[in-house]
Amino acid sequence: MTVAGDRLGPTIFERSRPGRGGGKVPHPPKDALARIPAGYLRAEGPRLPEVSEPELTRHYVNLSQLNYAVDTGFYPLGSCTMKYNPKIDEWAARLTGFAALHPLVPDALSQGTLQLLWELEAALAEIGGMKAVTLQPAAGAQGELTGILMVRAYHRSRGDADRTEVLVPDSAHGTNPATASMAGFRTVSIPSAPDGGVDVEAFRSALGPRTAAVMITNPSTLGLFEARLCELLDAVHEAGALAYMDGANLNAIMGRFKPGEAGFDVMHINVHKTFSTPHGGGGPGAGPVGVGEKLLPFLPSPRVLRSLDGSYRLEEPGERPASIGRVRAFVGNTGVLVRAYAYIRAHGAAGLCEVSEDAVLAANYLKARLSDVLDVPFSRPCMHEFVASSATLKLQTGIRTLDVAKRLIDYGFHPPTVYFPLTVEEALLIEPTETESIETLDAFVEALRGIVAEAHTDPEILQSAPHGSPVRRLDETMAARQPNLRWKAMTGSLAPCPD
Amino acid sequence: MVPQDLRYTKEHEWVRIEGDIATVGITAYAAEQLGDIVFVELPEIGRTVAQFAAVGVIESVKAVSDLFAPVGGDVVESNAELSSAPELLNSDPFGKGWMLRIKVTDAAQFGGLLDPAAYEALTAEG
Amino acid sequence: MAYGSHTTEDRARMLRTIGVGSVDDLFADIPASLRSSGLDLPAPESEAELSTRLLRLAERNRVDLISFLGAGAYRHFTPPVVDQLLLRGEFYTAYTPYQPEISQGTLQTIYEYQSLMAELTGLDVVSASHYDGATATAEAALMTCRATRRERVLVSAGVHPHYRETLRTYFGGTSLVADEIPLVTDGPAAGTTDMIALERMFADPELPVAGVVVANPSFLGLLEPMAEIGRLAHGAGALFVSVVEPVSLAVLATPGEYGADIAAGDGQPLGIPLAYGGPYLGILACREALVRGIPGRLVGMTADVDGRRAFVMTLRAREQDIRREKASSNICTNQALCALAASIYLAALGPHGLRDVAALGAARAAELETALAAAGAPRLHSGPYLNEFAVRVPNAKAIHSRLIGRGILAGLLLARVLPDDPSLADSLLVCATEVTTPEDIGVFGAALGEELIGAAGRAGAGRVRAGRGRAAGRQHGSGPSDVAGPGSTAQPGGAAR
Repeated sequence: MTVAGDRLGPTIFERSRPGRGGGKVPHPPKDALARIPAGYLRAEGPRLPEVSEPELTRHYVNLSQLNYAVDTGFYPLGSCTMKYNPKIDEWAARLTGFAALHPLVPDALSQGTLQLLWELEAALAEIGGMKAVTLQPAAGAQGELTGILMVRAYHRSRGDADRTEVLVPDSAHGTNPATASMAGFRTVSIPSAPDGGVDVEAFRSALGPRTAAVMITNPSTLGLFEARLCELLDAVHEAGALAYMDGANLNAIMGRFKPGEAGFDVMHINVHKTFSTPHGGGGPGAGPVGVGEKLLPFLPSPRVLRSLDGSYRLEEPGERPASIGRVRAFVGNTGVLVRAYAYIRAHGAAGLCEVSEDAVLAANYLKARLSDVLDVPFSRPCMHEFVASSATLKLQTGIRTLDVAKRLIDYGFHPPTVYFPLTVEEALLIEPTETESIETLDAFVEALRGIVAEAHTDPEILQSAPHGSPVRRLDETMAARQPNLRWKAMTGSLAPCPD
Repeated sequence: MVPQDLRYTKEHEWVRIEGDIATVGITAYAAEQLGDIVFVELPEIGRTVAQFAAVGVIESVKAVSDLFAPVGGDVVESNAELSSAPELLNSDPFGKGWMLRIKVTDAAQFGGLLDPAAYEALTAEG
Repeated sequence: MAYGSHTTEDRARMLRTIGVGSVDDLFADIPASLRSSGLDLPAPESEAELSTRLLRLAERNRVDLISFLGAGAYRHFTPPVVDQLLLRGEFYTAYTPYQPEISQGTLQTIYEYQSLMAELTGLDVVSASHYDGATATAEAALMTCRATRRERVLVSAGVHPHYRETLRTYFGGTSLVADEIPLVTDGPAAGTTDMIALERMFADPELPVAGVVVANPSFLGLLEPMAEIGRLAHGAGALFVSVVEPVSLAVLATPGEYGADIAAGDGQPLGIPLAYGGPYLGILACREALVRGIPGRLVGMTADVDGRRAFVMTLRAREQDIRREKASSNICTNQALCALAASIYLAALGPHGLRDVAALGAARAAELETALAAAGAPRLHSGPYLNEFAVRVPNAKAIHSRLIGRGILAGLLLARVLPDDPSLADSLLVCATEVTTPEDIGVFGAALGEELIGAAGRAGAGRVRAGRGRAAGRQHGSGPSDVAGPGSTAQPGGAAR
């Protein structure tokens, strides 16, 4: 499939001209590959683009300018915690001592990084109220998998092979049931209570000898603290199951609530949310996992340990046989973790508590100011995010959340999370974070007010929004029916390699 | 008004009964709920399926839905056109968008299907 | 506060608008019994203090040694233009491109990454990235089971041990089985995947094979007979997974050429820093027929309402937010910025530059082989390699340690990661890349030669029996001591220091 019509800019392949580029590395001797039998070599070189550095630079700079980013504007994406990314974190990760360190050097050569990782684990354990933390998982979802695999190992170690189910509320993020399946469990989805919280009675009837774990997000994906948490966790433990907390919403509760103290056995943390490591257009992040006493023996290996003489080391292979093993090749997304460490050190205890307070304050402020603009299904104080809905607007004008979201782009804002959680019709999940100025928050309120007014007077302009963005609404059907996932292979000869 | 010569399931499949062969598809209501259909996965010919088992998948841009066998039996035919033209489920769900044919083992199962009026009542509530 | 904008006045105004007296009122939903009272963490630090702390920590790492260490993470020259472009806030502070109208920068660069990797691997479908080579390999193995509806995967012992461990962890949540294909023990094919053993492994009709996983080059640096292995796999109805190293694909036969169905590997060598193990770049690619089973995001080309060419995430119905418990993988956040780094690197090097990197590494590796053999450390195997190989070194553990004292990181002590293979007992895995200089090689060769003579002398004098088994590895002279032994551990927990 080719697409006719204008384009914003060429692909890097279209910029290629034979003979351009070069000068990055020296030439090898002509016979460098002569010792390798021809059958092992590729028939023709890869058809990569040949571009000069000026062309390359303009290509990527121009592309970057088509993006919306935290550095350009407000991103009230619920559940994503799009807070500002401090630049000192970027500087830290690029220090040669951190960036040039090979993961397999003997421990004596990596004491700086090992110390950083050890201290970071301790800090996250304190924040989560957990006994220990693994920094291996590369993302929240991988953290979930790690946690649930440890739960599986725990039950097996007690000879309990019948625990085949994981319970999740129906408001859960899709990664939760997907994780349960990957770990070999059947997901049982429990409907939420009318007040938006978990339905403890429904959980109680589903809990039993087949339950391995429940996975709870707290605060919930509706931005509400689970008020009946104690009852729920008691019921879970009575049934012999374990309690997993999805820590995606940790930004709301630092210093005020520690999941481990409350009785959660395991939780994951998204450092690219709460601890402000940058989102990168889709990663990399990291998903450290904290555990209580029960799951301690099963943590992935190798752990980072501190010896009595104050030096640091990695666990030896076989040192802790109950470990679930490795979940990745090396010790973690260390470059990302350096950023999280710097963030935590900059804020300290007082700073992190203030982060959560300001995040909750900003969310409640927006909620108060928007309650006459959109439906706000849950009126009690929210945590760091809240759900609004266009259900009434849809009834009155036919305008849906999708249209509101697309029109926000014309007002210069990134839309909030839409159509999640699944339990609220026409949902908008709004999370301002603590790093936005009150002026930005006020401007956002005004934009939504303007859009709701337009819905009544000029719905067409919403349904065809956005108008001012680099591209307008896309044909996602064509993209899925006739997938074009790669630039067609370049034909024509490459310039001969200059010798 | 749905076609009056077909039977229906509460999972929004329709069934045309000709002797012991059941032709199966999804209704216009289902197709509309799903949105633009982009991909259909159908069971292999010869596979034996149980009544109400999930036997295939219907994918739209933003959603996915299982296809359930309205009756049990052997799959004797499937609509090859759907692999290159899944949009037939949107444009002609009761005609060219037919999905598969099952040779039914127990004709009594036809009795468990909804008649057009019952199906219309179901979609009116929904 | 460090990075927030709220002043005292702002907070007061917000509280008034909300209608509460203090921010504590907003936390009233937390039951009293669950309330925590602050964090036991160090005090905040200004950026000036923090930067000093970070510098001190970074300085405690030793990155000054001449390094011949590879084993899954490789030192290369990254043109500075890569990092300069990566520092653009519009790239690194952008979110996942769920709103494509304002994310065309991210979307087009992912599409280009997919296309560039398709060129390198010879396979048409490339995911937007996975976590690293190990997890990509594990997911590739799972893909073969889903696609064939079989439950057994055969994994060559030549695949990186950490990748194999990761695969086992991922299989731990399933009823699937991963069996190891042994390596040939002697002769010219020693160290490569044992095809006779492999053929026998297909024979069990109760356990049909879903996939065969082989690395090329292997962990030991050897080139494997991929086309023949692929034929065996397909003959048994199994899929063929190739674990690849991307720079080598500039010159080596590609998965597409030798009939692999899926390719997995790590893109770290493409302009991504070593950074003690991550973030790296999981490469996952497959034939078009398998597109619906590949985990991870995919970006496709389409048009907007005005007919403009544009890019969008597509085939989303595979992913966790839609499929939920039926998703083939739970992956959400991946390694997008690392994929961007790799793309810029590939574009900056170009086809000739990348080929030069691979070929120069090969040339240096041959020089390294000569120098080490002359010093008394011959290659363990005789088959062809590209730029990494294993050498026999008597008392390898002690020698490795002494060389560190002399400022040389002599590769990887193989007994450390493969302790159960007696043939690797006294050996080192070394590699050379385009940043390895002839001077480096000279220094290494000379130092190794001296150490080996010295050790032989000491062995003679002290009548210590050297041999094939694990040598006593007694250290003489000064140098950084080896790692602290087990049993001397204080584990983290409770309050941080």
